[in-house]
Amino acid sequence: MVEWSLIIYCGLITFFSRYLMIAILKKEMFTNRVREVLSFVPSAIFPAIIFPAIFLDVTGDLLIENNPKIFAAIIAIIIGLVSKNVVATIFSGLISYWFLIFVIFN
Amino acid sequence: MSNKSKIFLKGVADVSPLMIPVVPFGIIFGVLAIDLGLSPITTMAMSIIIFGGASQIIFLQLFSAGASSLVILSSVGAVNSRHLLYGAVLSEHMSDFKMTWKIIISYFLVDQAFAVTNSYLKKSSDKDRAFHSFGAGATCWIIWQITTIIGIFLGSIIPEKLGLSFAVPLTFLALIVDDFRKLINVIVIIISGIIATFGYEIIPFKAYVIVAATSGLIAAMILTKFNRFNNG
Repeated sequence: MVEWSLIIYCGLITFFSRYLMIAILKKEMFTNRVREVLSFVPSAIFPAIIFPAIFLDVTGDLLIENNPKIFAAIIAIIIGLVSKNVVATIFSGLISYWFLIFVIFN
Repeated sequence: MSNKSKIFLKGVADVSPLMIPVVPFGIIFGVLAIDLGLSPITTMAMSIIIFGGASQIIFLQLFSAGASSLVILSSVGAVNSRHLLYGAVLSEHMSDFKMTWKIIISYFLVDQAFAVTNSYLKKSSDKDRAFHSFGAGATCWIIWQITTIIGIFLGSIIPEKLGLSFAVPLTFLALIVDDFRKLINVIVIIISGIIATFGYEIIPFKAYVIVAATSGLIAAMILTKFNRFNNG
């Protein structure tokens, strides 16, 4: 059971981070250095979601050998870099994953 | 047609192409939430109350892993901190907007709406230009709610062996795939990813997202400093 208060707090955090950005933050509050480091936030946070979901199995153990998700993720990265298309990245990864689990690893 | 509706519709038209990747993202969120045992009403409430794809997915991931409320909240905060960077740009264009507009736009301003609003506000000085952000945001909102509903329906149909949860890392991968072109970003990605993977079971309270992200950012600080030193 998800607590409603938790959902509401998450909503408030999301709302206020956007409010902060359009109503409170000003250009002169950021030095170029701060801006430079902030530009790395996506690269720092999203892998924390991506990597465990690829490299860990359902029990939380490391799974390197015979792990179709690793191959599928590599294909998705390549397609993403070539196509620069978000939808193509997601679907190339999913389709190669399905191909691997239903055809190759089956 | 009034000037306001014209500007509103321009917001709708400008953001529409950016809605294509949002469709699978919203559906995936709905499917996953149902898979993880959330009720349709709770799932819908998340899309309405939180209204932020990355925030909602991270919430689901951590909630299903049994993380505490504090960890979930701080991780959602960390995910949202990427907005800080936009802040400097956008607040200047909106400085003369009414408080009510700022509140409404804050609720609607997802990444896609931000992108089109920002380029519109750079060029326009129309007194009704807030309607552009409103149109773009409302479009994102409607698409997000509809795709959540589709996901809720599909969630009860799609067989578990399809492994659709794999769409989560893929979706986030798609968001940062361009960063794989830059060496420092790649190092930051690998550091954060390795710490999260090995810390998943070890770091207490499922705080691995925070620990990994902080380490990645510290690495970025050091690497950019070093890089500058070398180039300067």
